[in-house]
Amino acid sequence: MAYAPAETVLAVEDVAVRFGAVTALDGVSFRVQRGEICGLIGPNGSGKTTLFNCISGFYRVQRGAIALDGQPLGGLKRHRIAGLGIGRTFQNLALFRSMTVRHNVLVGTHPAGRAGFLDSALALPRVRREEAAASLQVAEVLGLLELGAVADQPVASLPFGTAKRVEIARALVNRPKLLLLDEPACGLNHAEVEDLFALLRRIREHFALSILLVEHHMGLVMRICEHVVALASGRRIADGTPEQVQRDEEVVRAYLGTPVAHVRAA
Amino acid sequence: MAARTAAVVLGVLVLVAPAFLLSGYNLFQLTMVAAYAVAILGLAIVTGYTGQVSLGHGAFYAIGAYVTAILMTDFALPYWATLPIAGVICAGVGFAIGFPALRLTGPYLALVTFALAVAVPQMLRAKALEAWTGGVQGIVVTAPDAPAGLRLSQDQFLYLFTLAVALLLFGLARNMLRGRMWRAMVAIRDQPLAAEAAGIDVARVKTRAFAVSALFTGVAGSLGALAVQFVAPDSFSAELSIALFVGLVVGGAGSLPGAVIGAAFVQFVPNIAQQVDKSAPGVVYGMLLVAALYFMPAGVAGALRNGLRGPAPRRSAATKSTTKPQGGTIHVE
Repeated sequence: MAYAPAETVLAVEDVAVRFGAVTALDGVSFRVQRGEICGLIGPNGSGKTTLFNCISGFYRVQRGAIALDGQPLGGLKRHRIAGLGIGRTFQNLALFRSMTVRHNVLVGTHPAGRAGFLDSALALPRVRREEAAASLQVAEVLGLLELGAVADQPVASLPFGTAKRVEIARALVNRPKLLLLDEPACGLNHAEVEDLFALLRRIREHFALSILLVEHHMGLVMRICEHVVALASGRRIADGTPEQVQRDEEVVRAYLGTPVAHVRAA
Repeated sequence: MAARTAAVVLGVLVLVAPAFLLSGYNLFQLTMVAAYAVAILGLAIVTGYTGQVSLGHGAFYAIGAYVTAILMTDFALPYWATLPIAGVICAGVGFAIGFPALRLTGPYLALVTFALAVAVPQMLRAKALEAWTGGVQGIVVTAPDAPAGLRLSQDQFLYLFTLAVALLLFGLARNMLRGRMWRAMVAIRDQPLAAEAAGIDVARVKTRAFAVSALFTGVAGSLGALAVQFVAPDSFSAELSIALFVGLVVGGAGSLPGAVIGAAFVQFVPNIAQQVDKSAPGVVYGMLLVAALYFMPAGVAGALRNGLRGPAPRRSAATKSTTKPQGGTIHVE
């Protein structure tokens, strides 16, 4: 699928969040287009993860609004966000440690199911139908993320890079419109970052979704993202193509704290 | 398929056989193991699978027992009809307890549920409820006779009836504890935030798990009341809640066979301790408990699954990821 900036999937409008006296986000606005890979960059403490937590409903915004496909997310209960089409991963892995890879990914199909305690206890036909549908979806995602070989291994036994892919699979299996990745390259070695790069492209093509990623690995951001938003101290300081953002004086200052001329000279 | 059928037939034979091989107190003890197994199964649902530690399940057991006793004596209901009613009432109480439980985790929840275990026997003793509960005297329950045509003694019938109800409830639990709701419960236990991000309504699953859990333990109380043929506040002291919790941990939290093994521990080990040393059975009991946990950190069911590996491995960086017991342990957040 070609990158065609047409429709807005995610609209963040003037979002502000304060924790006591600390302003974590101060009037941040930007949009993510359908099919786009958008990078969210900024120094530590600039509000990237706070913004992620607002989008996935973990924090309430005190001002402003966030909408997915035109539907405002404010006031929704946290667990409803996934059903609307937002999948996310966590900065520090948050896998279900006592389950296998397959069961972890199956958890991601939860919003698609309806069977409750009673249906399950009585083994109603709906239960089998839903499980069959869920298994198919999981098999597809496991294949795409090359997790088939470890599908029935406990996640606790996996190498870190593989475990990160399991988290992505869990976020993907319900076919979200928007995938939020919190530092997907963090902790990966050079080869694994290259694999991740290819994987994200493959995911975007296959599922026709948008990806918003927080990342410190600038090489990855600049190569993979069509759109980059830079934050510093809770404010948006740049929004544009990777080239534009890279050249932005305020971005350079935020990262290096040195005059631009000096950096160019060096 | 044939092998499976053969295994089921053999299993049923093994379970039914004691009714004809044992009698009197020995058979009664097995009846109680079946009732406790259901009670511990209930506790496993909320503590083993969903990770909410309850030290108050004796209260649900007591409520179930009293509902059966009151319905049979004051309302002249047949014994079997009291079981579903006890289950529904306990599910209601469990659901209600589930709401404050949402705000509490780990040791705090354990303490609040323990308060329930302490409070319920005193409420059963209360003057205001004496017309129904019989106060300190309790209520004598008329044990059911075998239906006409079945040439079974009362003890035999009680055992077989309790066994049948237990098998039914274990069957329902087995279905419930796989698939979508099993995953939701374990996800909540392992990583509540990630569970929510995956679309699981954590509050809803937790309160319902509490209700289902209380239902099972309540029906177990009904079965216990029929077997003992007597209910009184002193039979349901806080010690009962602790005993159920011990059974859960020793058997292996989060496994169905573990509930049966734990029930056997609850029923037999205090007697064994009594035989070993009449003056200090508590000390012997404690030593047996410590030994069980030391050699089988994931419970007996966990040990059978993983093979006996000796004492729990010390958590060093090198062994951390590979030697974690898979399920069976209780995670306290």
